[in-house]
Amino acid sequence: MSPLNIKQGSTSHSAYDLRDPYAEVIEAHTLAVIVDNEPGVLARVIGLFSGRGYNIESLTVAETDHTGHLSRITIVTRGTPQIIAQIKAQLARIVPVHDVHDLTEEGPSVQRELALFKVAGKGEHRIEALRLAEIFRAHVVDSTLESFVFEMTGTPEKIDSFAELMRPLGLREIARTGVAALSRGL
Amino acid sequence: MTQAMTGARMVVQALKDQGVEVVFGYPGGAVLPIYDEIFQQNDIRHILVRHEQGAIHMAEGYARSTGKVGVALVTSGPGATNAVTGLVDALMDSIPLVVLTGQVPTFMIGTDGFQEADTVGITRPCTKMNWLVKDTANLSSTIHQAFHVARSGRPGPVLIDIPKDVQFATSDYVVKEKIKTGHYQPKLKGDIDQITRLVEMIETAERPILYTGGGVINSGPAASQLLRELAEATGFPVTSTLMGLGAYPASGKNWLGMLGMHGLYEANLAMHGCDLMINIGARFDDRITGRLKDFSPNSRKAHIDIDASSINKVIRVDVPILGDVGHVLEDLLRIWKSRGRKVNKEGLAKWWAQINDWRAVKCLTYKNSTSIIKPQYALERLEALTKGMDRYITTEVGQHQMWAAQFLGFEDPNRWMTSGGLGTMGYGLPASIGVQIAHPEALVINVAGEASWLMNMQEMGTAMQFRAPVKQFILNNERLGMVRQWQELLHGERYSQSWSESLPDFVKLAEAFGCKGIKVSDPKDLDDAILEMIRYDGPVIFDCLVEKHENCFPMIPSGKPHNEMLLGDADTQGVIGAKGAVLV
Ligand SMILES: Cc1cc2nc3c(=O)[nH]c(=O)nc-3n(C[C@H](O)[C@H](O)[C@H](O)COP(=O)(O)OP(=O)(O)OC[C@H]3O[C@@H](n4cnc5c(N)ncnc54)[C@H](O)[C@@H]3O)c2cc1C
Ligand SMILES: Cc1ncc(C[n+]2csc(CCOP(=O)(O)OP(=O)(O)O)c2C)c(N)n1
Ligand SMILES: [Mg+2]
Repeated sequence: MSPLNIKQGSTSHSAYDLRDPYAEVIEAHTLAVIVDNEPGVLARVIGLFSGRGYNIESLTVAETDHTGHLSRITIVTRGTPQIIAQIKAQLARIVPVHDVHDLTEEGPSVQRELALFKVAGKGEHRIEALRLAEIFRAHVVDSTLESFVFEMTGTPEKIDSFAELMRPLGLREIARTGVAALSRGL
Repeated sequence: MTQAMTGARMVVQALKDQGVEVVFGYPGGAVLPIYDEIFQQNDIRHILVRHEQGAIHMAEGYARSTGKVGVALVTSGPGATNAVTGLVDALMDSIPLVVLTGQVPTFMIGTDGFQEADTVGITRPCTKMNWLVKDTANLSSTIHQAFHVARSGRPGPVLIDIPKDVQFATSDYVVKEKIKTGHYQPKLKGDIDQITRLVEMIETAERPILYTGGGVINSGPAASQLLRELAEATGFPVTSTLMGLGAYPASGKNWLGMLGMHGLYEANLAMHGCDLMINIGARFDDRITGRLKDFSPNSRKAHIDIDASSINKVIRVDVPILGDVGHVLEDLLRIWKSRGRKVNKEGLAKWWAQINDWRAVKCLTYKNSTSIIKPQYALERLEALTKGMDRYITTEVGQHQMWAAQFLGFEDPNRWMTSGGLGTMGYGLPASIGVQIAHPEALVINVAGEASWLMNMQEMGTAMQFRAPVKQFILNNERLGMVRQWQELLHGERYSQSWSESLPDFVKLAEAFGCKGIKVSDPKDLDDAILEMIRYDGPVIFDCLVEKHENCFPMIPSGKPHNEMLLGDADTQGVIGAKGAVLV
């Protein structure tokens, strides 16, 4: 995340950008990309990342405007400020892309991810898993005598730490949706 | 008023409504309905090529020499895959094309049907945009939208994949005026604050330079006119990339020649030493910048470009101006004039004195010979004997291409067609045909290397069939000259696979195609041979046997800065370090 909370609407070229343009610091940015919900558009977006060697940490997509047939793609990516700026410019020039928002730069945002954890275990381990799930506000959505499936929503970091804790307790599988994000306020 | 028609007829109707006069194409099963419609009309001319790659390069030549969108039509599967190289070529060089491909019927897509290929999948990274049209109701609007996308903003190739059942089915035709071009509306006007900042820099700069590129050509003839006005009015020196030649006239007094890897000494040193660099529609390509960290270290840089992704991509600029060259230059000139047309006269006078010292080096000097034709000499003679004619030049890729850029002078935009970004050998011959189709009366010359020329030589058949009197000026060094030069400089003179063996007899080849062949090897005969070529009313294959081991200089070796340029007489041994050797 950017160390500076830059005001909404400012860009990396604005006078408020105090970062060293040549800094080699790697930042993670969450981008919301609004696209026409048409075949091939997602492939174009993903192809841009693979073709130009940018990395994708997480990607989620779904139609968010059924009448306008618009989808929102949320991408978490990493790079130097110059690379991030380039990624945004490259995304914006894709013809069916309407808008690119850098939620990291535009101000505070909420980021949530949903995850499912399958944990197998008996006795002590089982009780400990349940206790931790409660602390993390994870719900049990399936249970057998030897296993649970927990459901949890939270920041990616929270999900990571829950997974760490579950590992010694019999974690078998994780399914994660990737990040969905919105800026705070209006 | 709506009109129902088949998809195939819609294609032809939409092309007509878009003002298309010529289509370059090659038929096959998946486009038969469209060919049937083409057969039944006379407004659109169809040029039957010999290979689909040829169709795309012809459309590129047509587009670049007219400023219009080039159109090609090919069949599914191999037709589409053969077009891929041309699509990437057009994408790299910002050439507007609409390419129509046939596809297996919608109900067969995904079944590995006969001549099925995932054309939109394959061409997605090769196009500015592409569409698979699955419903005839969307076909005409997609075609109109495609023309809008191809020509707007930074131009580029687009592709429409049309399954055969969509061509047969009937629906209502949507006229182009009814089309919502949607949100894709690139910004043309530049930010006035930024333009004003640039004007302030122009007023005080001591050592300015205008670094112009293909974007000036893309912007249209008015942009070239404004560039000329800016250069004359300010007295600033002008250099250009390979792609921008002709935007500022070679005879203009501020002209420094091309810059870059094989650019002129004075142009590169001026770029290195300037204090204000004004990039107008160029993209800081690696052929220009050399070693990035030493690129023009003491200058402030402004960049006018219509594509935000070109700005700050590799070189950080101080004044980014997002917009169309023509629009921005108009505002720039207006503001500069309204503030009193100021420039730093003393600074400029010193700067020109310095530039003239660099010019005095005469970096294009070469050792001529009375027994062997030097390629540079051949081009000097071609230039002298065709100067002032209504002339268009295309090239293949290699040393001959660089010599053509150095030794031929371009007075106007759209007169020089070359494959810059992709460097596609085999581009020049078909491109020359596309140019000739657009300008039937003009003198169209493809400056070629023998190896490149062979790559698409089948298109001589197209030239013959459609009476395109293109002149194929082959500088035959019996070498993959550019490769050989790199091997000499970088790989210890181990000439691995870089010679042309078993070459055809080009004169007999010309006869076989039914055109004229001319062979010349003695410098004394060169002028007469060139005149014979120009005067011949039809296509000519001109086999000019030239010095085999000539190197193209100046050269900035990969990974070196501008001020470490090699001139002709330099000792070239070991000049490229290990780091440079990994670069291309
Ligand atoms: C063997 C070989 C050697 C080469 N050596 C050299 C060399 O020595 N020197 C050299 O210069 N090149 C050389 N090239 C070519 C080089 O690879 C690049 O193709 C070329 O330098 C790019 O030119 P350009 O910067 O003008 O950009 P182009 O590729 O022409 O791009 C145009 C730029 O302008 C922008 N633009 C487009 N339309 C507009 C508009 N309306 N308004 C504003 N901006 C617009 C685009 O967004 C883009 O950024 C060589 C090529 C080959 C094959
Ligand atoms: C399709 C393709 N393949 C390979 C290359 C690499 N390449 C660049 S120049 C060149 C040699 C060109 O030889 P020729 O056409 O005879 O021109 P010359 O350099 O001799 O003038 C080659 C092989 C290329 N640019 N394009
Ligand atoms: Mg050769």
